[in-house]
Amino acid sequence: MTAAPSTPAPPLLKVEQLQAHLVLRRGVVRAVDGVSLEVNAGETLGLVGESGCGKTMTILALLRLLPRPAGRIVGGAVHLDGTDVLALSEAEMAREWRGRKISMVSQDPLTSLNPVFTIGDQVGAPFRYHGLAQGRGAVRRAVRAVLGRVRIPSPETRMDHYPHQFSGGMRQRAASAMAIACSPRLLIADEPTSNLDVTIQVQMMALYRDVQRETGLGMILITHDLGIAAGLCSRVAVMYAGRIVETGDVRDIYRRPAHPYTQALLGSVPRLGQKQRRLQAIPGQPPSLIDPPPGCRFAARCPRRMARCDEAYPPDFAVAPGHRAACWLAEERP
Amino acid sequence: MLGYLSRRLLLGLVSIMGASVLIFAVSRLSGDPIVLLLPVEAPPALIAETRKAMGLDEPLWTQYLIFAGHAVTGDFGNSYRWQTPALTLVLERLPATIQLAAAALSFSIAIAVPFGVLSAVRRGSWFDTAAKAFALLGQAMPSFWVGLLLILLFAIRLNWLPAFGHGTWAHLVMPAIALGWYPVAAQTRVVRSAMLDVLDSDYIRMGRAVGAPERVLIWKYALRNAAVPLVTLLGVYLAAMLSGAFIVEVIFAWPGVGRTVVEAVFSRDFPVVQAGVFFTSILFVTSNLLVDLSYSAIDPRIRHG
Amino acid sequence: MASPAAPLPAGLLTRTLRLAQSRRFPWVPAALLGLVLVAAVGGERLAPHDPNGLDLSHALRPPFWEARGDAANPLGTDNLGRDILSRIIAGAQISSIVALYAIGVSGAVGALIGMISGYFGKALDAVIMRVVDIQMSIPALALALVFAAVLSPGLATVVIVIAVTYWTWYARIIRAEVLSLKERDYVLLAKVAGCSTATIFRRHLLPNLLNTLLVLATLQVGQVILFEASLSFLGLGIQMPDVSWGLMLADARAYITNAWWAITMPGLAIMATCLSSNLLGDWLRDTLDPRRRPL
Repeated sequence: MTAAPSTPAPPLLKVEQLQAHLVLRRGVVRAVDGVSLEVNAGETLGLVGESGCGKTMTILALLRLLPRPAGRIVGGAVHLDGTDVLALSEAEMAREWRGRKISMVSQDPLTSLNPVFTIGDQVGAPFRYHGLAQGRGAVRRAVRAVLGRVRIPSPETRMDHYPHQFSGGMRQRAASAMAIACSPRLLIADEPTSNLDVTIQVQMMALYRDVQRETGLGMILITHDLGIAAGLCSRVAVMYAGRIVETGDVRDIYRRPAHPYTQALLGSVPRLGQKQRRLQAIPGQPPSLIDPPPGCRFAARCPRRMARCDEAYPPDFAVAPGHRAACWLAEERP
Repeated sequence: MLGYLSRRLLLGLVSIMGASVLIFAVSRLSGDPIVLLLPVEAPPALIAETRKAMGLDEPLWTQYLIFAGHAVTGDFGNSYRWQTPALTLVLERLPATIQLAAAALSFSIAIAVPFGVLSAVRRGSWFDTAAKAFALLGQAMPSFWVGLLLILLFAIRLNWLPAFGHGTWAHLVMPAIALGWYPVAAQTRVVRSAMLDVLDSDYIRMGRAVGAPERVLIWKYALRNAAVPLVTLLGVYLAAMLSGAFIVEVIFAWPGVGRTVVEAVFSRDFPVVQAGVFFTSILFVTSNLLVDLSYSAIDPRIRHG
Repeated sequence: MASPAAPLPAGLLTRTLRLAQSRRFPWVPAALLGLVLVAAVGGERLAPHDPNGLDLSHALRPPFWEARGDAANPLGTDNLGRDILSRIIAGAQISSIVALYAIGVSGAVGALIGMISGYFGKALDAVIMRVVDIQMSIPALALALVFAAVLSPGLATVVIVIAVTYWTWYARIIRAEVLSLKERDYVLLAKVAGCSTATIFRRHLLPNLLNTLLVLATLQVGQVILFEASLSFLGLGIQMPDVSWGLMLADARAYITNAWWAITMPGLAIMATCLSSNLLGDWLRDTLDPRRRPL
């Protein structure tokens, strides 16, 4: 990785070769198979890829919330604000980190909120458990404040309502409130807008941008929607079959995608004004993660496949400053 | 919410009325109660007179209406055996049955909830296996057998608890356990299954993601959700429990409605049988209504339609 | 109007055989129920002694593993010297008969009423379901007691009482199934083609209800046995000289201090049979409808 002349601040989140497996009856799924990424304070990293590529597993691993008992982290390192997250005890994770320094917003706001508790109770939970507000009055004030930050109207009354009394967009705001309540350093948003109307999506994105500007938190935004990624992220990591295949500045990636998979993803997005008779889908299926092929995992579907691609997995090559791709084709680039 | 409740209330009333018809109809099945009351050799004049005196010469419809009319005013007739109003006999004994059923229910919930929760949380452990086995066995054991075994062990062999009678809490222990045995087993399975579902849910994962301690997650956030299917099924177990109460009362000589009705059946004391079963029915319908009420208290989605 | 349903008896047999070969078939419970069936068919011929044979000189013998026990009476004798093992076998026969008839009648009647209720819907359905609700608002044993008060006790009465008590379960569940089945294409096509209702019931609805009926019937075996034991225990069910496990428990109650085996053995028989039918029923339900989770 090329370093800029003036030493930048160390990254907020540094993930190195993270590996997480799911032990199932039919075999061991290598869901996260050597993922490395970095997020700096104040910036948003987009994590892009198709369903099943391991995006959700990666962020669950970061929070150490892999499904039990099948999921386990088997290798790699995760450093958040200098601390080795994988070495913390479970109690420490819960007390100091989850919800406090690192938090998450899920995809489906209906299922990620407990239906039998009030919004106020659930949004107040992080305050209570991290000792940031003691006593009913203080917690209510804190809840009211954060509900106001996510622009839920009449927070004083609405916090005594239940999730089913909120609309989809409001629910996602409430879930976001839970996540940002204790001003985390890193926020992970797992497809936060895919279940919402387009107009609401725009509002949510604006909200996240504002919160980031206010608090300087780093964000990982998982999405399969390249448009959203373009709008919100400064850098993008493209994931395929358990590994990161391309990372770089968002503009670089969109203008000069180096990995054939990224190119195919971008090519498959229909553009207004473009005359195309057919949508370009990527033929084939991702490989099984129980027994992945030894070479490049995209080779079977790649239009520019070479013999070399099946032999060995390509390392990360530098395509441009800050832009890397794991493709043998990138070796030839200067 | 009010509409929901009043609908349930109405249904309950209809059920009770219908039950009274059913009970009346069945008890007239034998055709002629006179035959059972008077000796076979009774002279026809006496038979006719008794029949007229008891209103049994009227058509069945009229008899039912008279019965219902009296029932509404609380007159179920006099016990053939004791010559006191059947209603009084039944109402005097109803509290004892309610006490027994309530004790059994409390016992069952007090055991089933922790066992079910721990079983789910420690899925696959020896505790889980033992709890599952116990639940399976418990659902196959008749309550009266459990009662007899308890008497054998605790009253006869160990002499810790009294085998019969009523009065102190010591008298309540064995009957409550015997009666609550089947519900404990069934409810443990329900709680376990519900908890397993809930613990897998997104909102529990979200709770973990904001740093809630595991203890709070399980006993506050997860349990409240798991309680919903438990309460839903409570109504079913109540019926089984009221049925079981009849036998348990007989075994432990518990002075409740059940024992009275059983004795009345043997002595062909129809008014008492009718009154007793009718009030058991009312008890059942009422407790179902209470269960419905608590259901809407636990699950706010019901409250708001 | 060609129906895909094979003639019933052969279909049932192949279906059962195929099931038995599935994974995780509960062999032990099935074997135990098989034993009960064997006892039911063999009856008293299988018993080592006459179940009603009094032998006061050998009264209150404990099981063979105890000091005063004797292998001739492996499970001991009761206060009248009757061999407990033989009585348990005889009781198995009675229980099987009761279960067979009670489930047969209540299942057939309940299923038919459920089919009618679900298929025709509207007012008929509402009335029938109201009746079901009303009957179910009276706890089963209480209702049974009212019947017992007017009918003289005995085997026939027990069968009638149980059948009348349990038909409602079949009615409700079958009705729910029929409600969804009647919207299926083949039913609608049959209606359009002019099939009579009876034919539709027989050839289109019934084959699809068999699975549910089978599961329900198996699960009911345990319930029925418990219920019959309860009635007999109270003295309102099976009467002498017929033998019932419940009746054995009632008799043993009088001398419970002296003979723990007289209380334990019949109860174990009840428990084992009930447990086996529950396990078998659960397995059937999981196998025949994988969407449903075990409770």
